[in-house]
Amino acid sequence: MAMLSKRKPFWATMSFFALVTAMAASICLGAADISLSTVKDSLFAFNTADTNHQIIREVRIPRAIAGALIGAYLAMAGTIMQGMTRNPLGDPSIMGITSGAAFGIAIAFVWLQEATSLQLMMVSFIGAAFGASLVFGVGALSIGGLTPVKLALAGATISSLLISLSTAISIHFNVAKQIDFWFAGSVNGVQWMEVVLLLLIGGPVFILGLLISKSLTVLSLGEEVSKGLGQRTKFVKIVCVFIILVLSGISVSVAGVLAFIGLIVPHITRSLIGIDYRWLILFSGLFGAILVVLADIAARMIQPPFETPLGAITTLIGGPFFLYLARREGGKIL
Amino acid sequence: MILFKKSPWILAGLLVILILAVFVASLNTGVIRLSPMNTFNALLGKGSSENELILFDFRMPRMVLSMCVGAGLAIAGAIFQSITRNDLAEPGLIGINAGAGVAVVLFIFLTGGVLEEVSGLSVFMLPLLAFLGAILTAGLIYLFAWKNGVTPLRLILVGVAMQAILSAVLIVLQLSMEDRDFNKALVWLMGSIYSANWGYVWSVLPWLLILIPFAIYKSRYLNILHVGDAAAMGLGINVERERKKLLIVAAALTGASVSAGGGIAFAGLVAPHVARRLVGPKHERFLPISALIGALLLLFADMIARTILMPSELPVGIVVSCIGAPYFLYLLMKSK
Repeated sequence: MAMLSKRKPFWATMSFFALVTAMAASICLGAADISLSTVKDSLFAFNTADTNHQIIREVRIPRAIAGALIGAYLAMAGTIMQGMTRNPLGDPSIMGITSGAAFGIAIAFVWLQEATSLQLMMVSFIGAAFGASLVFGVGALSIGGLTPVKLALAGATISSLLISLSTAISIHFNVAKQIDFWFAGSVNGVQWMEVVLLLLIGGPVFILGLLISKSLTVLSLGEEVSKGLGQRTKFVKIVCVFIILVLSGISVSVAGVLAFIGLIVPHITRSLIGIDYRWLILFSGLFGAILVVLADIAARMIQPPFETPLGAITTLIGGPFFLYLARREGGKIL
Repeated sequence: MILFKKSPWILAGLLVILILAVFVASLNTGVIRLSPMNTFNALLGKGSSENELILFDFRMPRMVLSMCVGAGLAIAGAIFQSITRNDLAEPGLIGINAGAGVAVVLFIFLTGGVLEEVSGLSVFMLPLLAFLGAILTAGLIYLFAWKNGVTPLRLILVGVAMQAILSAVLIVLQLSMEDRDFNKALVWLMGSIYSANWGYVWSVLPWLLILIPFAIYKSRYLNILHVGDAAAMGLGINVERERKKLLIVAAALTGASVSAGGGIAFAGLVAPHVARRLVGPKHERFLPISALIGALLLLFADMIARTILMPSELPVGIVVSCIGAPYFLYLLMKSK
């Protein structure tokens, strides 16, 4: 089953190399194809007069890094969510978290027009928490409790409600174009500033995720087991929720809604690695990064010179997978 | 409990009066205000030409169209809910609307047309295409949800996945359009009766006039299908055949409505539910009442959409979502 469950450090290194290769491709390919040697020159012998060097340093590199980071964060958020809720459909985009974050951004666009990237991230985090609490509130209030299918349906409904409200706001205040960008999802035009913030905020949270991963493995076996083994279940859960909200919040604030990354990657990773969350989180991060970087390359290649929204591509990849899971899971519940 | 069980006619009368009241109120509201007197004169054919233009060419078609769309979606939703025996089967949520939308946008894209200038024959083509898109989507959902039978929740979950995929397809299609068309398509897909004209009304009306009576005529089968397959077979009904027929009717109604009004979610959920509460589950009674409630809902939502953020206009689908989504959540909480 779990193909890569042996020699994990080796496979982790291999995945890392795959990621670096994908990022190199992402830097070279685009509206103007740039050779690898030019990329090397731009890094080590930067020439301000050369437009290619400028493009690489100011556009392509931040974009590739942001794509990798966001992919990693979303995949990790999904992994933690699926482990914590023991819900195979757990994914920030299905659970109303990403649309909550985007709703926060829509509001910020109107009432906080001068917001800095950091403030946007804060707002996005609050929005994510808002969306999540709505979905889980509905789940908790419902007869029969939080079944995976109910959570998914509540998430879909609340997402559509929040998207409707955001659209209403955006139409009224004439910012529909900008807000659409957030709902379509893209890492086009990412600034260095945002990359730095992604690293500064996401990095520590990522380490926190790795620290909690052992407890998460226990928690994923079920609450009773976890309590029986003497774990402070509540504490672990709170930390997990915090990690999920921060990771999805900052991702949305930079790249908008990229659906299904947090759904598809954990499932694939689990089938390859097994259920040890210490490795699962790490590998999910790597695979998520690779997936988003590749999807971003596809976004640029499909209809040049147009950019296809990255969110549409991740949906086209992840949607069929969701379909497959829906078919599988829907049968278990009833 | 069921308020008008004995007296559906009184309820129908009340609803018609309400519709008329909202209709008149809606005629009088808008960016350009007309006094009731002016409206009245124009209706009698004695108003100024400007007033007549506003009333007859802008507001009237739009209101008539919103009522058609509301009634169509309500009946379609009712049929979907009955044949799947699933209170949550909402055409908008499970991707039927998106399927119809993809077909329409694809058509506009391929013929290189502009959305607002769709005219002549194309107007009559649109409902047909939307119908094809809707029926294809419904078929796919059924196919994917089928695994030794179809459980209600799996059907919806598969639908939600379908909806996500089709929306992504729509985004990709939209992006290949000109900027101007892109915005138009966006507003249209959010559900809008924005650019209504009499052409649209004439293209949709025949579908409704044929299909709604047909659905009501099939009430007996719907009643039995709603009870359960076993009971229906016991009563000598060819379950699969009747279900397929009714599914086609529902998809056709959705297609016609979507081709005119765009993707309006949750109207097909709210109207049948309220109707069932008011007159009970017998389809003879509750289908016509659903149609009336659907028409009222859309007419009212369209008035809100036009006025709440004046002078900008909201897509009517947003207003309906804001009413319908909480109701869906409420039903979800109650379901086991």
